Amino acid sequence: MNLTVSGTTFLAAGIEVIEMVAIVVAVGATRSWRAALVGAGGGLIVLVVLITALGTALRDVPLQPIRLVVGALLLVFGLQWLRKGVLRIAAQGWAVGQGEAHVDAGDVPADRFDWTGFVLAFKGVSLEGLEIAVIVVAVGGAAGALGSAVIGAAAAVVVLTAVGAATYRLVARIPRRALQLFVGALLSSFGTFWAAQGVGSSWPGGELALAGLVALYAATGVVLLHGVRGWQLPVAPTGTASSSGELR
Amino acid sequence: MIVVRWVRAFVGFWIDFVIGDDWTVAATVLVALLATWGLTQAGLPAAWVLLPAAAVGSTAVGLRRAAERARRSTPPR
Repeated sequence: MNLTVSGTTFLAAGIEVIEMVAIVVAVGATRSWRAALVGAGGGLIVLVVLITALGTALRDVPLQPIRLVVGALLLVFGLQWLRKGVLRIAAQGWAVGQGEAHVDAGDVPADRFDWTGFVLAFKGVSLEGLEIAVIVVAVGGAAGALGSAVIGAAAAVVVLTAVGAATYRLVARIPRRALQLFVGALLSSFGTFWAAQGVGSSWPGGELALAGLVALYAATGVVLLHGVRGWQLPVAPTGTASSSGELR
Repeated sequence: MIVVRWVRAFVGFWIDFVIGDDWTVAATVLVALLATWGLTQAGLPAAWVLLPAAAVGSTAVGLRRAAERARRSTPPR
């Protein structure tokens, strides 16, 4: 076994796995764990089929258009959640929704499968999984040690997924409103990062720019929250709609 | 009829996913992506600034509009 190749693949794939797990945990905690896990499973199945069908030809898969489509969709959806989070916290406060098992009926239908949560988790897992597969093929293929690269990537997936599974209880303790705002910031950040890459733009600092984007969108949410309160949004009772229909 | 219902539900799902409460945000993101692509093609290395700036700006404008709409529709106390 080539330890250098395994270590390099572990670190490179680890960054992608962190992004994948963050999206699944965020969707599960704010929408539906069932939809998030089924979406993640669906993404993994598509990935396995692609890897089996393409093998080392994965290196030639054009990631740029996939990043553009997935990124643009995540960005517009993330901004919707950021907006809803700000409006709801402005009307009801930060603490509402702490320890709730279910999210608002306006977001996730109680009697139906949450397809939106499914799509979000599916896209996150399939895109990140594809990037991991490309890393494995590129690093392992270049060094002539594909087996070592697979072991490194598999270790990253197992270790970081276990960490994600261990942290979900902590995430569940965050009040639902605050979580919605933060998840909106998180999805917007991934969306911005991938969509800009999809149109050929490069981020300064590479993947580290993601942390800057999360900070930017979270700060934007907090600043806009004060702005909305200043614009005298009327207070609506918890769980009810405002007359504009937006505080569902 | 079932197929028509499925197609309607499918189209409705994606419209809700992309547009949601405020279509101007999705439109702004689309324009910003086109502009980022154009600036990147022109060789401007800092083209990445445009997309987050447009996203933050359109969210702020949309929230301001939503807050004012809600205020106008609330009867004076």
